Amino acid sequence: MLRIKNLRCYYGRIMAIKGVSLSVMEGEIISLIGANGAGKSTLLEAACGLLPSWKGEIDFQGNSLKGCDGPAIVRKGISLVPEGRLIFPPMSVTDNLKLGAYTRYRKRQHAEVARDLEMVIDLFPILRERANQPAGTLSGGEQQMLAIGRALMARPRLLALDEPSMGLAPLMVEKILDTLQLLKKEGLTILLVEQNAQAALKIADRGYVLETGKIVLQGNASDLLSDVEVKRAYLGKDYEEFYEGRD
Amino acid sequence: MQEVLQYLFSGLTNGAIYAVIAVGFSMLYSATDLINFAHGEFVMLGSLFLVTLWGAWQIPLPIAFLLTVACVALTGLLFERFAIRTVRKPQPIVLVIITVGASIFLRGVAMILWGKDAYSLPPFSNQPPLELAGATLLIQSVWIIVISLLLVFGLHLFYRRTLTGKAMQATAISKRAAWITGIPAGLMVLLAFVMSTGVGAVAGMIIAPVTMCSYDMGTLLGLKGFCAAMLGGIGSLWGALLGGILLGVLEALGVGLISSALKDGVAFILLLLILYFRPGGLIGAAESARF
Repeated sequence: MLRIKNLRCYYGRIMAIKGVSLSVMEGEIISLIGANGAGKSTLLEAACGLLPSWKGEIDFQGNSLKGCDGPAIVRKGISLVPEGRLIFPPMSVTDNLKLGAYTRYRKRQHAEVARDLEMVIDLFPILRERANQPAGTLSGGEQQMLAIGRALMARPRLLALDEPSMGLAPLMVEKILDTLQLLKKEGLTILLVEQNAQAALKIADRGYVLETGKIVLQGNASDLLSDVEVKRAYLGKDYEEFYEGRD
Repeated sequence: MQEVLQYLFSGLTNGAIYAVIAVGFSMLYSATDLINFAHGEFVMLGSLFLVTLWGAWQIPLPIAFLLTVACVALTGLLFERFAIRTVRKPQPIVLVIITVGASIFLRGVAMILWGKDAYSLPPFSNQPPLELAGATLLIQSVWIIVISLLLVFGLHLFYRRTLTGKAMQATAISKRAAWITGIPAGLMVLLAFVMSTGVGAVAGMIIAPVTMCSYDMGTLLGLKGFCAAMLGGIGSLWGALLGGILLGVLEALGVGLISSALKDGVAFILLLLILYFRPGGLIGAAESARF
């Protein structure tokens, strides 16, 4: 569905992504894990039209995304839940959700949008209670739900999430990840970028480990979870276990 | 008492005009974080286009009114496309200097097109002035106040009720967030320029019958509108209205009760005070940063 080939991104003269290739198949949850500054967010930004330029190839459903700007990519069916959520704080929860469907209102799909609004509110019932509140008054977890809901309102084929667990309580993280699994069952393809590798790999089908702009490991999520390298670097298991594993 | 009421009427009239100009500043600022120092020139273009279309060519007023808005908004569109959009490194200071340049440019063009003479226009309608508690209210003042209030209220509805209005607000809050939501942020900025200059044109037209219209009328009006916008809290629609009315009334009272030499001074004293004590404006940034 999404195919990235030899992607290279620059910040000024610094190369942040150094030739990354990866693919996301229809209906999969893919986790992209890596430490701070590994280039995970940059990769998502390139795929979502937020970078002014990049080299290599990004194809979505057989069409190149080269030269597409953010709104064009939303119309093609990729929605991003950005790092830091980026909701519209002074506007009401409902308005935030409706703006998520901006491209579809433009196509006069009012009835479908109204149905999807119900669907999103059923998915996150707390948003119904908060419907008329300014989005900025929501708690962090609720804001994350709102950001996901807003992205879903564009009815994407591929949902890309950048660090959805950041700053959230473990219980809330679990709730968000459960929701992602539910969405997967309904046929949504998900690209999940996370520092919280353990949580991300648990719900994923496959995973990629990114380190200083390169993919250093890839494979089935369950294999990665048990892989010693990943354990050492990202899952916080102690060194003793790591050495035992090697022996 | 009668005197004070008379000052109040004239203050309200001027205040309504300042408010409309302030709304133009505010709209553009909230969408682009840019103070358009050429805004006064768009007000001037509004006046002079009406002088030509209605005054000279005798086009019926409602049509001339709409045509003027269209012409000035088109100028605003060209301004954004060719002077603002083309800047390679759009740092705020560069853009502000461009708007200052555009203001000088527009004034020069207006001087060539309309000459250095001042024009005047009759009121929008010919009823006699209203007598209210011993003070008189010119019929054009009624037009000015009514049109200003309608405009602010209409814009309020636009921002609250329409998808485009909400999308503009969203762009004002965060371009990046708007972009990933599928809102074409560039188009929204363009729309902000078009609407803000269109609103400027309305201010220019309603003031035309009560002032002398000439190529250099925009500078002072622009500064007054800027003061009003800062006074109310820039970026806020109701702040602009409040700031405009307050500025107009204080100015009129200052002129009437103290000295007419004080007229333009009041605005700048107020501006200094507000910047010193409450830089966010009366309707502070915390409560209503945006529309």
